[in-house]
Amino acid sequence: MSDLINLNFTVNGEKKHIKLDPSMTLLEILRNILKLTGTKEGCGKGECGSCTVLLNGKAVNACLVIASQLEEAEIITIEGLGKGEEIHPIQKAFIEEGAVQCGFCIPGMIMSAKALLDENPHPSEEEIKWGISGNLCRCTGYSKIVSAIEKAAKER
Amino acid sequence: MSVVGKSVERKDALDKVLGLAQYVDDMHFDNMLIAKGVYSKETYGKIISIDISKAERVKGVVKIVTSKDIPGENLVPIVRKDMPFLAEDVVRYYGEPVAYVAAETIEAAEEAVKLVHIQYKPLETVLSIEESIKEKAPKIHPHGNIHKSYKIRKGDVARGFSEADIIIENEYRTPHQEHSYLETNGMLAVPAYEGGITVYGSMQCPFYVQEGVANILNIPLNKVRIVQTVTGGGFGGKEDIPSLYAGNAALLAYLTGRPVKLVLTREEDFFTSSKRHPSLIKYKTGARKDGTLTAIEVTYYLDGGAYSTLSPIVMWRGLIHATGPYRCENVRVDSHVVATNRVHCGAFRGFGQPQVIFAHESQMDILADKLQIDPAEIRRINAVNVGDETSTGQKLETSVGLLETIEKSVDKSEWQQKRSIYEQDKGDKRRGIGVSSCFYGVSLGAGGRKYERSGAYVEINRDSSVNVAVGTTEMGQGMRTVLSQITADALGVKYEDIYIVPVDSTRVPDSGPTVASRATVMSGNAIRDACRQLKERLGKVAEEMLKIPREVLVWDNDEVYFKQNPSVKLTFKSVIEEAYKRDVHLATQGWFVAPYTTFDEETGQGWCYFTYVYSTNVAEVEVDMTTGIVTVLKVTAAHDLGKAINPALVEGQIQGGVVQGIGYALIENLLYDKSGKMINPNFSTYIIPTSVDTAVIDPIIVEHIYPDGPYGAKGFGELPIIGVAPAIVNAVFHATGVRMKELPVTPERLFSVIGEKK
Repeated sequence: MSDLINLNFTVNGEKKHIKLDPSMTLLEILRNILKLTGTKEGCGKGECGSCTVLLNGKAVNACLVIASQLEEAEIITIEGLGKGEEIHPIQKAFIEEGAVQCGFCIPGMIMSAKALLDENPHPSEEEIKWGISGNLCRCTGYSKIVSAIEKAAKER
Repeated sequence: MSVVGKSVERKDALDKVLGLAQYVDDMHFDNMLIAKGVYSKETYGKIISIDISKAERVKGVVKIVTSKDIPGENLVPIVRKDMPFLAEDVVRYYGEPVAYVAAETIEAAEEAVKLVHIQYKPLETVLSIEESIKEKAPKIHPHGNIHKSYKIRKGDVARGFSEADIIIENEYRTPHQEHSYLETNGMLAVPAYEGGITVYGSMQCPFYVQEGVANILNIPLNKVRIVQTVTGGGFGGKEDIPSLYAGNAALLAYLTGRPVKLVLTREEDFFTSSKRHPSLIKYKTGARKDGTLTAIEVTYYLDGGAYSTLSPIVMWRGLIHATGPYRCENVRVDSHVVATNRVHCGAFRGFGQPQVIFAHESQMDILADKLQIDPAEIRRINAVNVGDETSTGQKLETSVGLLETIEKSVDKSEWQQKRSIYEQDKGDKRRGIGVSSCFYGVSLGAGGRKYERSGAYVEINRDSSVNVAVGTTEMGQGMRTVLSQITADALGVKYEDIYIVPVDSTRVPDSGPTVASRATVMSGNAIRDACRQLKERLGKVAEEMLKIPREVLVWDNDEVYFKQNPSVKLTFKSVIEEAYKRDVHLATQGWFVAPYTTFDEETGQGWCYFTYVYSTNVAEVEVDMTTGIVTVLKVTAAHDLGKAINPALVEGQIQGGVVQGIGYALIENLLYDKSGKMINPNFSTYIIPTSVDTAVIDPIIVEHIYPDGPYGAKGFGELPIIGVAPAIVNAVFHATGVRMKELPVTPERLFSVIGEKK
């Protein structure tokens, strides 16, 4: 354990000032300290994408980001995607297209979709597939996930 | 207004897209300890000593348990009790649990795990089926290396082969497959009052877990409460082994008096959880010139790994389906599941069938090629229909949609045209189209007769909302949605008013496991039984309110009305209000026992399953002849499942199953080093299909109503993976002329054969 460092960063629009072990992962910070358990741990090694969040607008595996990288960072998790009571169009499309089965990959999948659509609002099917290729899903075969992202892109 | 047959929104979708669904690792209790396992670093060895003294001194460590701390029986109750919760004198595979640590923090637990010192005396290992069946092979268990054998004897195979115009004989091999559910296994055990214990966790089979916990702690079943948490995928992988994790978490909670959470890392899950059995299959088929089968002889072996877990019944299911969904009067099948010093194998979607079906569907394709018959046609010629018999002498009485799945998948995929178009490909990239057919016996059948019953508890609240408790579980397949649809129709109320409560072993009697596509039929029928009783009680109330005999009342869409004059009606709500005023009992238990099944171990004959689902898959591939890389272009998958209660969920099952099948056919394989240690226990080196490894998937639903199922449904979930690998391998043959008899068809393997041919 290293000496604690003072960190300032934003999570879902809320400013945080916390003393942390600089080697702690963003995933541990989110799940264990901030109790934002919507972000899932599927492997802890950056292989499955279940812990995908937005770090300064880019999709990252939270398990591969450490505290010392977070100074002044802006983080969005699945909990911060909707506006108040209103769910985000990507979340809505996932429900309507039946893209959810066990659900464990879904928060990460949705965050990757969000990063993709922010950068490329009208992606082709191929671009969508590449956009989520770092997010493993074992239930759906990805078909309905891809249609949900297509749908969300159309309705934005 | 029926909701059955409609693609209504999933009950659990909103929670899951919001990140609100609570998986076990998302749960927390005050005063909770974190558990970590000490797993064997020896493949096969005698345990000389276990020294926990250094580990115990790590700050924050509260308890370390080894087999000596177990108050009950140190055996996980599955089919045959041979797997210990914690290794005692011997470890039989690399990764076997030897001890568990409970500590205040995960860091302390991890530190202690490193300091537990175990001394082994290595023993000579057995690492393959071939090694295991050698006469002088080292024995892994006192009873030897055969976990179990089963056979089928039907007709006279010698006569059958003498009547054949052609006989083909081949050997096939298939690998381990890891389930790769995205949520690893996890359990949270919490001490309860009066010596009881509650275990929350990720699982398919709460009643297996309940038995396991009672067994390790030596307490009665009534002191063990199991609550299933939202489960992040199962595919069979959370059928047997959760009992082991739950038992160890419960042991630590019991001995410390504190809540204990045990969640596995991905690597730990790879090392310790059950896998799909590798197989070696020797298959001999005889047929007449016209393609009709005259005899089938099969001898096959499964690698069961170090412990038998579910192996006997996995193999039994493979046995029953070994000859495929075809008529054949002369059958001889021998099957053996053997022990090796590799991880135990258990349930994985398809449950012993994908192995034998890869073999029989390759055989059918080879026959078609040799006899110059179209591959789809040879299946049509032999396909079972209503009135035909299976290899075990079971007459198929109703709901046999195989022929329709062949016709529809062939038509929709434009089979004929593509056969000839793809044959024109002569360059480096060559396309091919292949087909496979298969069937799947629903539920446990005669192989698991003692579990073939399910309960349901249905309660109508005073605001007319409805609670349903069942003993089968949601693991992503959509059971809560399907059972809500069944309940809504059974009571004539809205889908939105149904709530399936979390599965809790104290709410319904032991309802058997959630496996084998059985939840729709078993829990669905139990729910209908409960709803029938409730409507009987409500009928009396409505009858008096409307002054119309209840026999002519119709319950539909939140109303009850007179059949002959629908304007004479009441709202469901008003009937419930009246029933509450009259103190009518609006809660009840439903019960369902599966129809008759039986099996004779001596002859291998019997009425094995109460019904079967059928499918035909057509796969199209493109093979790069310069690299051996196979790209699956499209899979057209037609499935007869009786009735699709929710077509969108069925499509989801087909799409997911097809992609798992692509992984099984082309990519997935667990690798071991010479010492028997698994060397790819992670998603960087054990590769499962990503979004760019998929194909166009065209699901086709075929509905041959099963009269004893809820609304005609037979159940669904297992079938979609089963026929995929052979359809792909047959397409590879069509593209290249190369017949691959071992899975997975990796570029290296395929290229080496293409190279030889050149």
